[in-house]
Amino acid sequence: MDYFNPVEAWERERLDDLKLQRLRATVDRLYEAVPFYRERLDEAGFEPGDVKSLEDLERLPFTYKDDLRDNYPFGLFAVPMRDIVRVHASSGTTGKSTVVGYTADDIQVWADLVARTIVAAGGTADDVVHVSYGYGLFTGGLGLHYGVEKMGATALPMSGGNTKRQVRMMVDFGSTILCCTPSYALNIAEVMIEMGVGRSQVKLKSGILGAEPWSDEMRRQIEEELAISAHDIYGLSEVVGPGVSIECSEKNGLHVFEDSFIPEVIDPESGRVLPPGERGELVFTNINKEGLALIRYRTRDISRLFHEPCPCGRTHVRMERITGRTDDMLIIRGVNVFPSQVEMVLMQVPGLAPHYQLVVDRVENLDVLEVQVEVSPEMFSDEIKRLEELEKRIRDEVQSYLGVSVRVRLMEPRSIQRSEGKAIRVIDKRKI
Amino acid sequence: MKVRQVSVFLENKSGRLYEVCRCLADAGVNIRALSIAETADYGVLRLIVSDPAKAIQVMTENAFTVSETEVIAVEVPDEPGGLASVLAPLYDANVNIEYLYCFVEKSGKSAIVVFRVEQLDEAIRALQGGGYTVMREEDVYRI
Repeated sequence: MDYFNPVEAWERERLDDLKLQRLRATVDRLYEAVPFYRERLDEAGFEPGDVKSLEDLERLPFTYKDDLRDNYPFGLFAVPMRDIVRVHASSGTTGKSTVVGYTADDIQVWADLVARTIVAAGGTADDVVHVSYGYGLFTGGLGLHYGVEKMGATALPMSGGNTKRQVRMMVDFGSTILCCTPSYALNIAEVMIEMGVGRSQVKLKSGILGAEPWSDEMRRQIEEELAISAHDIYGLSEVVGPGVSIECSEKNGLHVFEDSFIPEVIDPESGRVLPPGERGELVFTNINKEGLALIRYRTRDISRLFHEPCPCGRTHVRMERITGRTDDMLIIRGVNVFPSQVEMVLMQVPGLAPHYQLVVDRVENLDVLEVQVEVSPEMFSDEIKRLEELEKRIRDEVQSYLGVSVRVRLMEPRSIQRSEGKAIRVIDKRKI
Repeated sequence: MKVRQVSVFLENKSGRLYEVCRCLADAGVNIRALSIAETADYGVLRLIVSDPAKAIQVMTENAFTVSETEVIAVEVPDEPGGLASVLAPLYDANVNIEYLYCFVEKSGKSAIVVFRVEQLDEAIRALQGGGYTVMREEDVYRI
């Protein structure tokens, strides 16, 4: 098995030593260089040199997206602006944009991380990598681009849009690896059919797809329609951009590059670190970044960590693909429930309409969660027992996934309210 | 020999049955027989109508969830033991009945039993073997 960087297969002890050394150096440096962190660390009772073991990490303070916004634009940078060689920023649709900065070394480290993802997805120096992520303030395009150059393949800086031209160049230039969002990959597949471009005319072998949540069902569709091996890539600009983690050939979780980021999974309510294997909010600490390094950054993404060894030989911990966001979290009988997780489950039941609603109520001091699902003609049967089987199947799948009992209610089509913008998924009737 | 039954999914809320019937009435579709199976949250309305294709079309246009199922209609004498006697050949042939409903024919001499079974062809053979009249599709719609 090929790795780009030998550190990917380092044994655990050696990797943990490196992590501790880097964590301590990062915390000490941030204490001196960033007033915001000095204040936060003081509040938490931390002084330079106090990080003695990796277990100390869970006593460090969290960093939130709002902290980046409050210190807009460059307030959290840990080096003088003259050392910053690149700035990226989020679109800021939900508030002030978050701004991130990189030193020259950071750009090299980032390129190395992305190079690892390309090799993990089967890339070699012979590949032609078609980068359809947007180039610009968004980290996707340039992030992948530098990684491609680092590992020696050929980069095609396509950026997004103009799909027909993308397909033409894919044919003419012999693209072998496609980098874009999963939904754009499906769009490209459709346009290929429209244009009469057959699969034999393109040389694609794999896809490095990310920047939005997707399901195994969608992976199956992409792999079938484009005849490629589709790999999930994860990253967020606050932490570095693409290249935080990647699926190897096993496609059973994404390896988080622990020599650069320490992942934790916490209960978003209490902030406590959860036992291995439990789902909660992903938190990352940068330990190999100069320009902007964040301690325990709250991603709001829901995942869990697998510490078991991976057959691919990489030793770095794997994270489950993102299954939801904490933003719309509900607490049902003490269990954290994320509507987006319900959606993931429902998407896997064939024939189910994508319209659903969660109704929470409190009956005799007990929280009751009702999942309302519209019955599509494909699922409908004239026999009550078949409908009851369907209800039971949905209930079992949702329950086993969420760990909380639910009631399933089948609804007529179009009876769940449609919304112009963001769908209203939750109605909380509890009076507390 | 097989009759097309139209089934509709209805949420358990007031006015829905009326709306289905109104929709069929406006399309000039006559209801020959019906049965409703219900749970706490919803019901399934099963209909034998004069024009199943048209019924499905107008109900689909009106956003009802509709499906079509093949059933069997059998004429039995409208007298004590009528239903019991027709069930005997089905029992003997090991045919499992999912549900059934009955209505009395206009002349009043015989009743019609609508069967929903898994093994349609076996059921038809068993009934005919037992000397029963399995009704033709057109005849049922025309009752």
